[in-house]
Amino acid sequence: MDFLNAIILLLNYTIIPALTYGSQLALGAIFVTLIYGVLRFANFATGDMMSFGTMVAVLLTFYFQSLGVNLGVLPTALLTIPFAIIMMILYMLTIDKFVFSYYRIKKSPPVQLAMVSVGVMFVTQAIIRIIIGPFDRRFLDGEKFILKANEFKEMSGLNEGLTIKSTQAITIVVTIIVVSIMFWFLNKTKTGTSMRAYSNNEDLALLSGIDPKKVVMLTWVIAGVLATVGGVLYGLDKSYKPFVYFNNMLPIFAAAIVGGIGNPFGAFLGGYVVAFGEIFITYAYKKFFTYILPESLEPESLMQLLSTDYKFAVSFSILVIVLLFRPSGIFKGMKL
Amino acid sequence: MKQYLNVVTAYTIMIILIILVGIFQSWSVALSILNYCLISAVMTMGANIQWGYAGLINFGIMGYTALGGLAVVLVSVAPVPQAWKVGGVNMMVCIAIIVGIVFSIRYTLKKIQKSKKRNYVIAGIIIIGFILLRLISGPAIESIEAVEPAKTGFLGGLGMPVLFSWIVGAFFAGGLAYVIGKIALGLRADYLAIATLLIAEIIVSIIKHEDWLARGVKNVIGLKRPVPYEVDLQATPWFINLVEKFNSGKLKLINSVSERQDVLNQLVIDASSVYVKLCMAGLFLTVVIILLIITQKALYSPWGRKMRAIRDNEEAAGAMGKNVVKEHLLIFILGSAVVGIAGAMMVTNDGLFTPGSYRPMRYTFVIWVMVIVGGTGNNFGAILGGFAVWFLWVEAAPIALFLINFFTAHLPETNALKIHLIESAPYFRFLMIGIGLLIIMRYRPQGILPEKIVKQ
Repeated sequence: MDFLNAIILLLNYTIIPALTYGSQLALGAIFVTLIYGVLRFANFATGDMMSFGTMVAVLLTFYFQSLGVNLGVLPTALLTIPFAIIMMILYMLTIDKFVFSYYRIKKSPPVQLAMVSVGVMFVTQAIIRIIIGPFDRRFLDGEKFILKANEFKEMSGLNEGLTIKSTQAITIVVTIIVVSIMFWFLNKTKTGTSMRAYSNNEDLALLSGIDPKKVVMLTWVIAGVLATVGGVLYGLDKSYKPFVYFNNMLPIFAAAIVGGIGNPFGAFLGGYVVAFGEIFITYAYKKFFTYILPESLEPESLMQLLSTDYKFAVSFSILVIVLLFRPSGIFKGMKL
Repeated sequence: MKQYLNVVTAYTIMIILIILVGIFQSWSVALSILNYCLISAVMTMGANIQWGYAGLINFGIMGYTALGGLAVVLVSVAPVPQAWKVGGVNMMVCIAIIVGIVFSIRYTLKKIQKSKKRNYVIAGIIIIGFILLRLISGPAIESIEAVEPAKTGFLGGLGMPVLFSWIVGAFFAGGLAYVIGKIALGLRADYLAIATLLIAEIIVSIIKHEDWLARGVKNVIGLKRPVPYEVDLQATPWFINLVEKFNSGKLKLINSVSERQDVLNQLVIDASSVYVKLCMAGLFLTVVIILLIITQKALYSPWGRKMRAIRDNEEAAGAMGKNVVKEHLLIFILGSAVVGIAGAMMVTNDGLFTPGSYRPMRYTFVIWVMVIVGGTGNNFGAILGGFAVWFLWVEAAPIALFLINFFTAHLPETNALKIHLIESAPYFRFLMIGIGLLIIMRYRPQGILPEKIVKQ
């Protein structure tokens, strides 16, 4: 019984939150990695692009709520995602046309493109703050919990409760759907293959008649889907605040690099590596050990490797370690 | 002279702008902008040494700035004897343990061949060292933080003059840069950028959360100053006389004695703040000029030519027998040390150390915009970039407000759009900085004052 309690405890406080957070990071990381692989630069506007998509979703959610449209138990935001994705893609394509394409045609070094993306980052930040303001906004409606701690306790007769928030379930399900469609597209369709070919060797791809404009546009389309979905899921689960999204860029980059930048499957796994690392290292295991150890051995301290203040620092340390020992990522060469 | 014409013009415009602020807003505001411009100029020079001379991307600027600020606290604040008594020994032991860990890892790296065994040994050393650290430091930190938590709760500093801390800040930042450079300089450009940015985040979060070191987010206030305090000035006779002399014309117009005294008091209070800021500006200007002379000399010396050669073609420079790795490390340390000085200057200027305000994500990019806008590889350009971008950063909101009012003049005061725009005026600074950067990157990628290569 104690053993079961311990497992439920871990499930409730570490595994499920880590899975959720990892999915959100994974979507962002695939976005970074795609841009890096196909367009060949580190996009410092990642966080703000996700923020832009989420902002559209938030505004539309408020609009739909005022109209009285909703999805019942599901959050209204799910309904707004398609519209937000369209807006996001339009925004990205506009920026690409006016900003990035010039440098791509000139074949500027990646560093210059990265600096240009810093400019895009500032502009996007300004647009977001001017439209919606810098404040914290919650836009989750519908049923909040799938399983409440008390219900679970009654059902199972255990001491520990298990809570599953609806946003957690939605995040995981939506991520699985989006990511599987994306991998199917990249690996099984002709267009996806041409994209991968372009990413692997641009000159050869051009020689074999792949239209670079089409590839670039497709990349932004996929990126737009990933950015918006990832952003909205994060916003539903926590809340929508522009500065937080901006900061989230760092764990997302960490995930992308841990998985080996340019490799979408690696980025997907990298998201989970970062999330699990962050949560496992900063979780206080005291209660866990009181369940599994005999009473005489019960720990006095919190049994916490690092205090939660260092949550962000953990993911960065993971990244720094990976960069130093395997700069090409820990999932090098792994493909779906 | 002609080749410096654009430099002179650009600087004249900048100075006129600051004077205009002085006339239209107030001299106190203008001087604070000037002080921050000078600090930004030092930071930009540091970044420019790395990026402009050697082509190294360092996004870790805020980390070094924070370390420079930490140096001010550790050098100038008076020590807290009580805290040293309860936890000093343990903390010293901890430092010894960290040094021990580093040396034993170096030893294993040298003595044991590259193998799985070596990795296990290193992992073992780190884990054991970490557990020891936690065991020894834990109770000590608790007791240190318990010493008058509202006022001190940290070990304090050395109680030395604050100007000394600017040098110490440079050494702190340089030391950190040595460590980072040793481990990360081999990375590709964009990886290096991300790695340094993340390392800066780690450093800032350590400073933020280790309260025993510098009180963390509880801030250290009332730091020493290299210039007189306003309150002292207001009581000094020569200063009051000086203010009286300056404003004698204005004072003569007032007949009643008591009224004249009131006006004089107000003038003295205003003048004292201006005087203090002027002193600060003088100190900062000295630092900027010294650094400018050194960096200009370095840029046009054989060493500077070597750096440019390495930047432009690493392989060729390596083939000519230049030690690229060593030079990169050296320039990484030098640039970071300059940024460290700027960090110490900033904390000295503010008189308080607030780790919570170091946001690597926010300010790193602003400083990089300064470097790129000003002109990479040109020290005058770097300083100008620091001035121009900081000026825009501060004055963007008033300018935006003016423009909004101008363009929406025909709308009624209650118009929702107008109210919304006026409320979001502060965010137009991001828009201006972003668009400015994009325009410069597109039409003048070398910056306002491009790099000039003097051919002997």
